Amino acid sequence: MKTPISTTSTTPQNISNPAGWQEAVADWSGDKQTFDMPWGKIMMWIFLLSDTFIFSIFLTGYMSARMSTTVAWPNPSEVFALTIAGQHLPLILIAIMTFVLISSSGTMVMAVNFGYQRNRKRAFQMMLVTAILGLSFVGMQVFEWTKLIVDEGVRPWSNPMGAAQFGACFFMITGFHGLHVSAGVILLLVFGNKIRRGDYEKKGYGIVEIIGLYWHFVDLVWVFIFALFYLW
Amino acid sequence: MSEAVGQQHPLGVYLKVWGLLFVLSTMSYMVDYFQVQGLWRWTLILIFMFLKAGLIISIFMHLKWERMAVKLMLFIPPISILVLILLMGIEADYVSFSRLTFFKLY
Repeated sequence: MKTPISTTSTTPQNISNPAGWQEAVADWSGDKQTFDMPWGKIMMWIFLLSDTFIFSIFLTGYMSARMSTTVAWPNPSEVFALTIAGQHLPLILIAIMTFVLISSSGTMVMAVNFGYQRNRKRAFQMMLVTAILGLSFVGMQVFEWTKLIVDEGVRPWSNPMGAAQFGACFFMITGFHGLHVSAGVILLLVFGNKIRRGDYEKKGYGIVEIIGLYWHFVDLVWVFIFALFYLW
Repeated sequence: MSEAVGQQHPLGVYLKVWGLLFVLSTMSYMVDYFQVQGLWRWTLILIFMFLKAGLIISIFMHLKWERMAVKLMLFIPPISILVLILLMGIEADYVSFSRLTFFKLY
């Protein structure tokens, strides 16, 4: 059976400058590299996609535990409250950690921008600031863990506030996120130093954007943890 | 690696989004500070969460300016996560029901 071949999608105009779905089809079917980006960047995206699955599975496990327990879930608002200068503030440390991480995302974006302007001194400085903010985030997390473990007796298998699964979910999710932040800090310091030395003068500063992707992803995961674990 | 494919955008866009993220974070903290409860709490938390996530992905991670092929690669596989969440939700509901019905201890 003969079917008329549509010519609308194969006009030269559409081939040279396709948009949306047609662009995706052209990218996949064309005799060329599918993803029009440096390999390091596409590999980072694929890694982040796999990391999305890891964190999603942790958060889904937490949802499962919290939905199925018949014991009351500890109230995060109270568990993570602090008394500062005589004032009882709910969840204050977590709020500060959130702001610190968002600030670090902002400085990271500046670093990417300075990198593409080939201003390697500024790019290095911004990466250093980002790393320091990341370190202070991890520091606050250490404080939070210490307070919970030493002062309040929270363990992965039990806690005095309520449902026993609270500790396991908390240590697993925030611990894994904290490891990601720590790895990000190391990445920033190592590559920041290389950039300061001028190792990327020839190659170009795409590397800052790739590290930026990782850092923003860590911030992105925190947005979900903050909403689903601490605020829920 | 050539620099022609790099993402370069005016600083103003980033600063605006940065400010917006601060505002949204403050608002989600306010939900807890003023102890909004029930359906309103969950709705507000989720709205602020998705707005923040959207801003970070589209602007800070430049996905807004990437090609469709990249967006599809990133957004189609996570649909399976939504299926997992749905299945685990049903399962957890059932576990909770059977614990309350037959055990009443855990």
